[in-house]
Amino acid sequence: MNTQLRPALVSFLALSLLTGLAYPLLTTGLAKVLFPHQALGSLVYRDGQVLGSEWIGQSFTAPRDFWGRPSATVDANNKPLPYNAANSGGSNLAPSNPDLHNAVQARIATLKAADPDAQGPVPVDLVTASGSGLDPHISPAAAAYQVRRVAKARGLDEAKVRDLVVAQIEGPALGVIGESRVNVLKLNLALDQLR
Amino acid sequence: MSHAWLQNLLYLALLLGLAFPLGGFMARVLEGQRTFLHPVLGPIERGLYRLMGIREDEDMDWKAYAWSITLIKLLGLVAVFLLMKTQASLPLNPEHQANVATDLSFNTAVSFITNTNWQAYSGETTLSYLTQMLGLTVQNFLSAATGIAVLVALIRGITRRSVTGLGNAWVDLVRSVLYILLPMALVFALFLVSQGVIQNLAAYVHTSSGQVLAMGPAASQIAIKMLGTNGGGFFGANGAHPFENSSPLSNFTQMLAILLIPAALCLAFGQMVKDRRQGWALLAAMSLIFVGALSVCTQAEVVGNPALNRLAVSQVASTVSGAEQPGGNMEGKELRFGPGGSALWATATTAASNGSVNAMHDSFTPLGGLVPLWLMQLGEVVFGGVGSGLYGMLMFALVGVFIGGLMVGRTPEYLGKKVEAFEMKMASIAILLPCAAVLIGTAASVLNPSAMAAVSNPGPHGFTQILYAWSSSANNNGSAFAGLSVNTHFYNYGLALAMLLGRFGVFWPVLALAGSLVQKKHTPEGLGTLPTHTPLFVGVLIGVVLLVGALTFIPALALGPIAEQLALR
Repeated sequence: MNTQLRPALVSFLALSLLTGLAYPLLTTGLAKVLFPHQALGSLVYRDGQVLGSEWIGQSFTAPRDFWGRPSATVDANNKPLPYNAANSGGSNLAPSNPDLHNAVQARIATLKAADPDAQGPVPVDLVTASGSGLDPHISPAAAAYQVRRVAKARGLDEAKVRDLVVAQIEGPALGVIGESRVNVLKLNLALDQLR
Repeated sequence: MSHAWLQNLLYLALLLGLAFPLGGFMARVLEGQRTFLHPVLGPIERGLYRLMGIREDEDMDWKAYAWSITLIKLLGLVAVFLLMKTQASLPLNPEHQANVATDLSFNTAVSFITNTNWQAYSGETTLSYLTQMLGLTVQNFLSAATGIAVLVALIRGITRRSVTGLGNAWVDLVRSVLYILLPMALVFALFLVSQGVIQNLAAYVHTSSGQVLAMGPAASQIAIKMLGTNGGGFFGANGAHPFENSSPLSNFTQMLAILLIPAALCLAFGQMVKDRRQGWALLAAMSLIFVGALSVCTQAEVVGNPALNRLAVSQVASTVSGAEQPGGNMEGKELRFGPGGSALWATATTAASNGSVNAMHDSFTPLGGLVPLWLMQLGEVVFGGVGSGLYGMLMFALVGVFIGGLMVGRTPEYLGKKVEAFEMKMASIAILLPCAAVLIGTAASVLNPSAMAAVSNPGPHGFTQILYAWSSSANNNGSAFAGLSVNTHFYNYGLALAMLLGRFGVFWPVLALAGSLVQKKHTPEGLGTLPTHTPLFVGVLIGVVLLVGALTFIPALALGPIAEQLALR
């Protein structure tokens, strides 16, 4: 075993430098040259200020905005802080847990209260918390469900808002990979441009 | 019908299609033949050997081989532990992350050297960039490379005749890292960045509305996290985090990366034992179990949560233009992946010893969560970890020929080597040790009130959370029912012990077995030889794997997910 000490130490050090410093730093350098926007978080700017990232959802609660999915993230003291992008995570509620049933029920009630005439059942993604708590997307159905509330709150024509949502839909890659989706931050920013 | 099923089909086709060329390439590398990468990397390889003071053709017996692997793992353990204990005073720590507690540092160090990547912490609130890179990324490479090395030693035990040498552990390690893992990781990392996965050394970004965006060198770690069946997330939410897995394409390619090398190793095995059909048979057995598991998991998640059916909520998938929705069980899932992309990931990550998640398994339906749980309990031999999956499956193959031999009353043999009492003892130890660790650990937790307090969901699901944690660590998976509060002394030390047992307690008997096989003569095939490349043997192999898994775990599964499913309405 003693004869293996030198190769063990040397290979550990050499491979550590190669895979732990050279490789990540080379990747960082190449990423900065090839994909500078993505490497730094696909940040969205307005008037020189960082509004957020196109990949990280934000907490929208005003009737005039499209709402994203519920988020179960917490702050440093374990208090709820939706869309906390410095502490990602899900609710981890079991399907059989009554807390999940009650939370979904309460979210449905909130949506109905904001738009009492809303028809039909709520799309499930709009009332269930995402895995990361940072989901940037909702389904086209979940966006369609909110069109009337948003149009009314903004004094806009419903058809115009509906067209805007449809224009924002991204389909699955190659038709089968992933799901159809709408980016909530981008949709709300596009809405601000609408008059 | 949900397009989840089409996605599954496309996945299987691409996985098997890519495994063939990669398998051929890996066989060449591991046998020391020249490849197109040698003009660039050859000088580095030879330089490393000179520094280490070794010769390429220096053979080790099984004990020297096992000690070498053990040594480099222990060095990794010390390095990760020290980095975590001192990171506050080291560079590349823009968020001033504090030094980490001793039990959590030990648990994490063990977790990453054993290719488990169990995480009782959240990366973005706990670790400095230096710890992530120089501590964890390194172990992502080395723990995968040691898996390949042990497998190659076992293959030499089968192919070499009447000698004692199993090859040189350092050479196998260096070649695996240099020619296989590193080039693939570099290319994949850059692809992930193109999809939106971040790669920088910047401080966290504060937005105008007060949101704090965690940053870091994520893509380089995620590439090897997937390719090396490691699974440790850069962020707490792992593959569910948009900065770690941003788009449907990043998700799909990461899922491919989980099983690609393990699948290709089956074909490399066939090439190295000079009988490609042997590799196809192992790959066929793995694929068939995988397809069965995937179908159950996909169906369970696409259908959704029966407990929500009485509410005014729609869980039915819709493809109506302008009102599309994935439906299904969406709690804990990301919309861009949907229930289909989440079920496929969950099945792949636990068939392999990956353990990354792109959705919270704790919120899966009981049957959907049973699939990943049981795949881990089978010992992660359905593709399995890089190297470790195939050497685990070869243990089952030995048990298979042994049972076949008992039926016809002949001494069993595998690929020309007689399988005798010693080999069966070692194979049994390698198969049964992790099983024992799972059941004993679960029982110890259930009897310990403070360990029970970690449970976050009521009823049978709480029991499943505990069973899942022990199944995951003893089999070096690393995925979790994350609601369980595991950052306690009991779980940090207990699960670390299970992880050590699951790695060292398997590769030592595997290498001892290889050391015994390599000394045997070649026995020519006779009339009584059970051929190991036929559909019949594929059936025997699947039977053995399922039988051991079923007999060991069905009572525990009945108390957890099965009871929960029956009560769910």
